[in-house]
Amino acid sequence: MSVLVDSGTKLVVSGLTGREGSFHGMNNRRYGTDLVAGVTPGKGGQDVEGVPVFDTVHEAVAETGANTSMIFVPPRFAADAILEAADAGIELVVCITEGIPVHDMLRVYTHLRRGPTRLIGPNCPGILSPGKANVGIIPAHFFSEGNVGLVSRSGTLTYQIGNELAQRGFGNSSIVGIGGDPVQGSSFIEIIDLFQADPQTELIVMCGEIGGEDEERAAEHVAEHVDKPVVAYIAGFTAPPGKTMGHAGAIISGSKGTAQAKAEALEAKGVRVGRTPTEVAEIAAEIAGATV
Amino acid sequence: MDLLEYQGKQLFRAHGVPVPDGRPAATVEEAVEAADELGYPVVVKAQVLIGGRGKAGGIKVAGDRSEVEAHAGAILGMDIRGLTVHELYVERASEIAEEYYAAILLDRTAKKPMAMLSRMGGMDVEEIAATDPNAIVRIHVDPLLGFSDFHGRRLAFEAGIAGDVVRPVSVVLAKLYEAFAEEDAVLVEVNPLLVTADREVVALDAKVTVDGNALYRHPDTATFRDVSAEDPQERMAKERGLTFVKLDGDIGILGNGAGLVMSTLDVVAQAGGHPANFLDAGGGSKAEAIVDAVEVILSNRNVRAVLFNIFGGITRCDEVARGLVTAFGQLDVKVPFVVRLDGTNDEEGRRILAEANLPNVTVEKTMDGAAARVVELARSAEAVS
Repeated sequence: MSVLVDSGTKLVVSGLTGREGSFHGMNNRRYGTDLVAGVTPGKGGQDVEGVPVFDTVHEAVAETGANTSMIFVPPRFAADAILEAADAGIELVVCITEGIPVHDMLRVYTHLRRGPTRLIGPNCPGILSPGKANVGIIPAHFFSEGNVGLVSRSGTLTYQIGNELAQRGFGNSSIVGIGGDPVQGSSFIEIIDLFQADPQTELIVMCGEIGGEDEERAAEHVAEHVDKPVVAYIAGFTAPPGKTMGHAGAIISGSKGTAQAKAEALEAKGVRVGRTPTEVAEIAAEIAGATV
Repeated sequence: MDLLEYQGKQLFRAHGVPVPDGRPAATVEEAVEAADELGYPVVVKAQVLIGGRGKAGGIKVAGDRSEVEAHAGAILGMDIRGLTVHELYVERASEIAEEYYAAILLDRTAKKPMAMLSRMGGMDVEEIAATDPNAIVRIHVDPLLGFSDFHGRRLAFEAGIAGDVVRPVSVVLAKLYEAFAEEDAVLVEVNPLLVTADREVVALDAKVTVDGNALYRHPDTATFRDVSAEDPQERMAKERGLTFVKLDGDIGILGNGAGLVMSTLDVVAQAGGHPANFLDAGGGSKAEAIVDAVEVILSNRNVRAVLFNIFGGITRCDEVARGLVTAFGQLDVKVPFVVRLDGTNDEEGRRILAEANLPNVTVEKTMDGAAARVVELARSAEAVS
């Protein structure tokens, strides 16, 4: 098993005819993801390397049975593309686009919460279930199938930690990038719950960063609802307050949202926090060794 | 993007939030002219993006022209907590009867807008929260439904403000919400929200932060960006499309991806070093971007050593290596570099660096090893100088 994407995923890409959309969409297909359609308004009837392109997501769903959408459209059109996918009945929307206005995301998030569609991202690297499906921009060749569920707010940091884990012989059930924006579709808690329920996942690694309170809330949640071991990493111990560190979400004001406060909240609830990516893998190896 | 008080008030006016009459001024002459137009007494206010202006002597009441001259002369050029005052706002003075606090902001945890009101305005909001947490009433607003009259009434009644201004304060709150939503703001704060001696409700201050990602919808607000107030190195980086934050250490840092760069700063700090900057070269960094990045990093004279930490996903390590070789060819590089390349095309990248045989470049295999090495190099450079 795995979470969110697998061999049952039928992917439609909004923005498949664009440079980034076609590059990553085709990469995902080469990995084995069932890429069934692309959507670009006005380009219906064309194809990208044999993948049919439709004018609307509704048409793509009706014609191909797509159940997962990946959004690769520019920021000013992305909120609309997410809403369109949800309206067409897509169960899972993965939004890679970075730089979407936060008020757009407030409306989208509030609307999606009232329906069945789950959103991952925006401003995220997507989801990889090694050996099954890749939806997004995660370089799949670093990762193999295994029992670690990895959830992260950052892209390259995920690769770094995933690689450290791989060097100690760990593979992954799924890797989920939830994104670095202040308003993301899914938070740590929801993905951790999926890993808790997934039989393949035996260990959960969460990779957070400064800003917001998601890590603190995850700490509370893990203590009450999760019996699988969780190891955490928090980036941004040396970030100065009030400065945005690249991710729109990674800004700290006051003591709230600092890396120190997050690490302490997690440790208080029994979640071990690695101080470097290497240490995360060492802790994971220690836990795995103890449970075998 | 944070706005200056007078810029925030410009947005307030556009949405019907009452503010005292006022004019911006960049010189003493302009301040006097503004005061003459407005009529005395006026308040001369420093326009800087930092709190505590009043305590620092950046806000003064002037009863006549000579007082405006004196205050404007003293405040222009004044240093307020590290920021130099380049602009003033001259405003009609108000007679204060009550001071409240009002704000609309994005609550990240709830992922909803939040409206706040307190009858204890005029002081630091953190101070109010510490003195009497119940004195600040907070409610969430559904972004799809917007601000309803009942939100305003609830805030006003629960905050316990004077009965005769419940209605006008509720109206101001609704207009502040309108400004928040329509201007793509993430924070709209008024402290104090004033009740004048004539029982009029006016916003005496304006602290507005707008979403930089939404500036394309607000071309007028986009012109508020004050490039002269930006750090020259940060401006240089921005012009080249790099995400850069200046820090106060001596080790230049370059990485790809915000999370990895933050993590790199932490690992360097744990190894005993002090990062000089945060620089995210971004995904898919091409050779030219690397040349630009090296130039930005080295423009900081405090830098004694530089660490490149790349985990290639979309970014290809061979491109990064080529960029570094080009940079060494174009720039006069005097400080040592430590380079760690992992991920996509890492072997090719290391081969390129080995062949180029650049002076002062050490290649390390791991992030921890690279951090330890760069800290050592920065220390020995410090010992020499």
